Amino acid sequence: MPAVQETVDQVRRIDVDQYKYGFETLIESDKAPKGLSEDTVRFISAKKNEPDWMLAWRLDAYKRWLTMREPKWAKVDYGPIDYQNIYYYAAPKKAPASLDDIDPEILRTYEKLGIPLREREALLGIRKTDGQNSEDGGAEPAGGNGYGRVAVDAVFDSVSVATTFKAELAKAGVLFMPISEAVHEHPDLVKKYLGSVVPVSDNFFATLNSAVFSDGSFVYVPPGVRCPMELSTYFRINERNTGQFERTLIIADKGSYVSYLEGCTAPVRDENQLHAAVVELIALDDAEIKYSTIQNWYPGDANGKGGIYNFVTKRGDCRGRGAKISWTQLETGSAITWKYPSCILRGDNSRGEFYSIAISNGYQQVDSGTKMLHLGKNTTSRIISKGIAAGHSNNTYRGLVTSHRRATGARNFTNCDSLLIGDQCGAHTVPYIETKNSSTVFEHEATTSKISEEMLFYCRQRGLSAEEATALVVNGFVKDVLQQLPMEFAVEAQKLISVSLEGSVG
Amino acid sequence: MPLLEIKNLHVKIDGKEILKSLDLTVNAGEVHAIMGPNGSGKSTLAYVLAGKAGYEPTSGEVKFDGKNIFDMTPDERAAAGLFLAFQYPLEIPGVATMTFLRTALNAQRKKRGEAELSTPEFIKRVREAAGKLNIDQDMLRRAVNVGFSGGEKKRNEILQMALLEPRLAVLDETDSGLDIDALKIVADGVNRLRALQRAFVVITHYQRLLSYIVPDIVHVLSGGRIVKTGGKELALELEARGYAEYQEEAVE
Ligand SMILES: Nc1ncnc2c1ncn2[C@@H]1O[C@H](COP(=O)(O)OP(=O)(O)O)[C@@H](O)[C@H]1O
Ligand SMILES: [Mg+2]
Repeated sequence: MPAVQETVDQVRRIDVDQYKYGFETLIESDKAPKGLSEDTVRFISAKKNEPDWMLAWRLDAYKRWLTMREPKWAKVDYGPIDYQNIYYYAAPKKAPASLDDIDPEILRTYEKLGIPLREREALLGIRKTDGQNSEDGGAEPAGGNGYGRVAVDAVFDSVSVATTFKAELAKAGVLFMPISEAVHEHPDLVKKYLGSVVPVSDNFFATLNSAVFSDGSFVYVPPGVRCPMELSTYFRINERNTGQFERTLIIADKGSYVSYLEGCTAPVRDENQLHAAVVELIALDDAEIKYSTIQNWYPGDANGKGGIYNFVTKRGDCRGRGAKISWTQLETGSAITWKYPSCILRGDNSRGEFYSIAISNGYQQVDSGTKMLHLGKNTTSRIISKGIAAGHSNNTYRGLVTSHRRATGARNFTNCDSLLIGDQCGAHTVPYIETKNSSTVFEHEATTSKISEEMLFYCRQRGLSAEEATALVVNGFVKDVLQQLPMEFAVEAQKLISVSLEGSVG
Repeated sequence: MPLLEIKNLHVKIDGKEILKSLDLTVNAGEVHAIMGPNGSGKSTLAYVLAGKAGYEPTSGEVKFDGKNIFDMTPDERAAAGLFLAFQYPLEIPGVATMTFLRTALNAQRKKRGEAELSTPEFIKRVREAAGKLNIDQDMLRRAVNVGFSGGEKKRNEILQMALLEPRLAVLDETDSGLDIDALKIVADGVNRLRALQRAFVVITHYQRLLSYIVPDIVHVLSGGRIVKTGGKELALELEARGYAEYQEEAVE
């Protein structure tokens, strides 16, 4: 596994912190006045030139939000968030009209992050993933493991700055665009589906998002179409004191298939930044959506200062018969992660999957898991969660699996494994199961283990350093989930795992 | 210069002295056997050479190729050519044996300033070494030692040794739990690697293995020190008479 060695080398070159995406891009930006009020909501809506129905929807959310309270049931601990001390909208001043118009600083930012925005380069694959080459070496031919054939929507602070391969996707009938654009170009689809999975008043953070969401991606795959390439959105928070509230809406019409990947990073900052996203997935009859996340927001420094507060609502609705939604997540970043990608298994014979790797190090706090709500007949779900806690971190799996009275033949299999590295960290498993149907079969397995010193010594006797040995053992621990990631990102993910664990061993 | 030179070595585990004034000199090209009753400190010696945490040398010195071994981390020792075949090889779930072999080999090569092996070259070497040890492709795809039989685990240790080409290999009871056919495969694997520049320390409780791996020198370890050293005939003598007399000596 050359990736392990390359990762360790890369990490060694970063002297201050292990977080390598922590740089800041200096560009002029356009911001809403600080704080949240009806005016802020109107400002954002006006910036996007939104139709009245959209503004009304936002204002309704804002009014409901004023009556709500932050949820406190998760096993995370943080000081009060001052919602009036946040900018709710920031956009690069020069708005790009096409890919060629993007501010070169922003292009450079994405290049540094390894995300190609110019289609030409994407086709050549400016990204290298082969561990044998040096970091600045030559290009890898298309068809390798890089981001060769992945359409990317890049969201920089509050706006989408570029969406690649739009024309080629359009040929297949796939709509892939910033949601701000979809509001104008496909209002019927947006009106029909927005808020239909995560209702406006679902929870405090989702409601906040509904009021102030700025951008995000919109995907519609028409009936019977297999989306010809991976779709990907790359979220970047750049501005200081700015929250990011993106909204993603993916609709897979009957018999269609789409695989979508979301990646995220932010600069290193001393203060905490808020990220409250909402993702809604709708799969109609026999459609399949595969949604993968590589979440690498800034986790805070070694003493727990700074980092992103990540309060995210992600939910998929298997609305049709035989629909399938699969969530795969690799969570390595954020100071606080509060996130439960869920599936509503409404259609008969529908299937939900949740594959998760959550790694916490330093003072990170992770409370993450899933909900599988079995409503239709013969619905099945599968949950595989791998939590890895190192340093002083806390890592909780929280899951809910329910079956409705009508849901005859519902089946779930859950497996939660936790691995502890060191003795200052904690791992917790909180599974809730509710069955209202006697034919339900729900199985649950859970293990917690400490990384074995014997195993590490065995590896070291074979020549692996302490970091390499840990990375190898952890990669083995998470293998079942890693295999679920699209091939284009699996190598990347493997490296990220090693980077996240840097400093966790003696 | 001897390849391994141990002088007056004392080792404690959990505050208890296990090795007491142990001396041992191994030259390149030699095969030494260390025999002794259970609990005499054979594995302790193997672990302290490999650098396992908790095995604390309290006095004496160990030189490997002229360098103080205690100045080196376990992986530095490995890269310098020290290999330990574990009495109880560890399982690493989710890590394919092939991946493990490659990671280990490249980690060592890198530490020595050598280039990584190309994929075809690596695969060629593994196939060759595995074939001789009756290890099939399926076993190489399975996770390291997970679900392996006792014999498969031991053969896997020898496979790793063959690939890593150490200068000094310490085999800790590699014969235990092997039937006669497996024992021969393992012994052949070791004999193939015997070379002028390489040495072996073969730890065993029984003489049986030494009929196949014929040692140059045999030591008896008892009560944490070497109490007798002789030629290969010493092993036969021990087989016939048992360890009782040496245990007496150690108590004195
Ligand atoms: N981890 C340990 N903690 C405490 N005592 C140990 C440990 N390992 C070995 N010992 C003790 O050290 C002595 C030698 O053990 P060992 O080296 O395993 O012997 P051998 O390999 O010759 O059978 C025994 O008395 C054993 O109980
Ligand atoms: Mg032993």
